[in-house]
Amino acid sequence: MTVVLEVKNLQIAFGGVKAVDGLSFSVDAKEIIAVIGPNGAGKTSAFNCITGFYKPSSGAVLLYGQNITGKRPADIAAAGVSRTFQNLRLFPDLTVLDNVRAGMHLYGGQNWLDAILHTPRFKRSEAAYTEEAHHWLDFVGYSGARGVPIRNLSYGQQKHVEIARALARKSGLLLLDEPAAGLNYTEKRDLLDLCQRIRELGTAIVLIEHDMGLVMELSERIVVMNFGKEIADGTPAEVKANPAVIEAYLGKDDDEEVSARGDA
Amino acid sequence: MSENVDTTLAPRTTRPPASPISRLFESKQLGWIALAIALLIPLLIATPYSLNVMTTAAIFVLLASGLNIVVGYCGLLDLGYIAFMAVGAYTAGIIAKAFDLPLIFTIPAVIIMTVLAGLIIGAPTLRLRSDYLAIVTLGFGEITRITANNLSITGGPSGIFGIPGLLKIGDFDLQEPAVFYYVTVLVVAAFVLAAARLGKSRLGRAWRFVREDEDAAEAMGIHTYKVKLMAYIFGAVWGGFGGILFAAHLSAVSPQSFVFLQSALVLMAVVLGGMGNMRGVVIGALVISLLPELLRDLSTYRYLVFGLLLVVVMVFRPQGFWPARGYEPERMGDVSDRRLAKGTVR
Ligand SMILES: Nc1ncnc2c1ncn2[C@@H]1O[C@H](COP(=O)(O)OP(=O)(O)OP(=O)(O)O)[C@@H](O)[C@H]1O
Ligand SMILES: [Mg+2]
Repeated sequence: MTVVLEVKNLQIAFGGVKAVDGLSFSVDAKEIIAVIGPNGAGKTSAFNCITGFYKPSSGAVLLYGQNITGKRPADIAAAGVSRTFQNLRLFPDLTVLDNVRAGMHLYGGQNWLDAILHTPRFKRSEAAYTEEAHHWLDFVGYSGARGVPIRNLSYGQQKHVEIARALARKSGLLLLDEPAAGLNYTEKRDLLDLCQRIRELGTAIVLIEHDMGLVMELSERIVVMNFGKEIADGTPAEVKANPAVIEAYLGKDDDEEVSARGDA
Repeated sequence: MSENVDTTLAPRTTRPPASPISRLFESKQLGWIALAIALLIPLLIATPYSLNVMTTAAIFVLLASGLNIVVGYCGLLDLGYIAFMAVGAYTAGIIAKAFDLPLIFTIPAVIIMTVLAGLIIGAPTLRLRSDYLAIVTLGFGEITRITANNLSITGGPSGIFGIPGLLKIGDFDLQEPAVFYYVTVLVVAAFVLAAARLGKSRLGRAWRFVREDEDAAEAMGIHTYKVKLMAYIFGAVWGGFGGILFAAHLSAVSPQSFVFLQSALVLMAVVLGGMGNMRGVVIGALVISLLPELLRDLSTYRYLVFGLLLVVVMVFRPQGFWPARGYEPERMGDVSDRRLAKGTVR
């Protein structure tokens, strides 16, 4: 089994707050890993360190054995990491199709001179971009209008488009930050199915999620964080039985449930 | 979207019906129609004055299309854009005069100099937030003008006179006013078309991604600095060609032509026309450059009326006459279209 991602003793602090304090885990090809933990545990900060949006103060991130720690986000993306954001980060004035085309920037296929002269190469590559965009929108089960600005869409539709955009990157690793937040029961079932189909493409998934049912059903392994520290890493069954987890996370079951259902 | 969503609040997912005017504006032939009109006008009015005004307006359209790449596509506020035109005009003028060359042969040098200017002005400003960016570009614009005002190679405050014409083959002189007007219109049309095509390409999309959300663009593997620098460089080259035409038109270049007001007017054309939409920007540029001439009869009051008109437009159409709307065709015969038509979309 090839190791896709390896995170070693990752740390980052904001002022006095140690947002991530010694996180280590690894992801194999085609694996689905969940990162869970109470609000403010440092999950999103860990994603931001892995994808280069934050510079970790210590620790290492290896992608296919190659050190990508502290590189700029575009280089990390090009190395094969794709992600979504906790609060949707789409391009609001652009069309649904253009938003998905963003994920294909690295395909190349044309340069500025092709664009000015409308060479056959340009037309071919534009047609391929469009076809590919439709393909990924179909893949995630997006059924709304595609030629309209993204700001006109509902929240659930926007979440679909964001995943389609991330998939269009065709990278071996996909990081999803709370993909199920704000979704209803059926939409969550669809998401579960979608994640399994993504895995079949050969993509490993790391997802942050508050919905325990979804996490238990979907993931092979679960990494649990609390106050920046990693308190457990194991199979769903192991994590469920871990006393530290029960105390820190599952123990506070009722308020977690509320926050999981509450906001997006 | 869940079932119990109030449909009156449901977001609009279809394109709003197009009014006849916007259908005309969006028709594919509009560019050709506009070009035909521009080429036919001299047959109706070909006084030296009108040719002069129309040539100036065409050059102004070129500048606005270049600034639209920087401000409209990429979202980088530039308050010193006229500096690129200055670099182009001075480079062309100095070289043409020194070697007694037709201006057309200065094109390679102008491209090199404006690309350099784009890099020099662009590179240090890319890390700045937009309000600082505005101040720094304003400063660069002024520095360029003041430098031209003080160097001897640029002729100091009085500038350069007697710049050779564009090209002369035997008796055929491109500098003859009517001919020069046609040359200018064709060159400007080519650049406007090129800028519009760039806007609808991989690079043009990258510019818009950067404008809309830099972090998300980075996450897509887009080097935001490189992409922004490309916007500056393209804007600079467009401005440089405006400079060549300007130098040829007046056969003289002086620092007074590149004051801040000029940068502000070009920016106004872009904002008034509709940032990011090349067709709107062309209209904006024509209005800004022609309106004061059309209002000439009002003599000293014309700028007052001009200003009032601008205020009225910005109050009623804050996005400009014709903003970039961001619609594109759905897939033909697509499932979603059919479902949308039947109203069964979730
Ligand atoms: N850019 C930042 N500047 C300052 N503090 C930050 C920053 N980003 C995160 N933090 C802090 O780091 C801690 C962890 O935040 P983070 O967003 O990673 O939590 P999380 O586990 O994703 O929580 P949630 O489940 O609410 O999304 C919080 O205390 C937060 O305030
Ligand atoms: Mg978070």
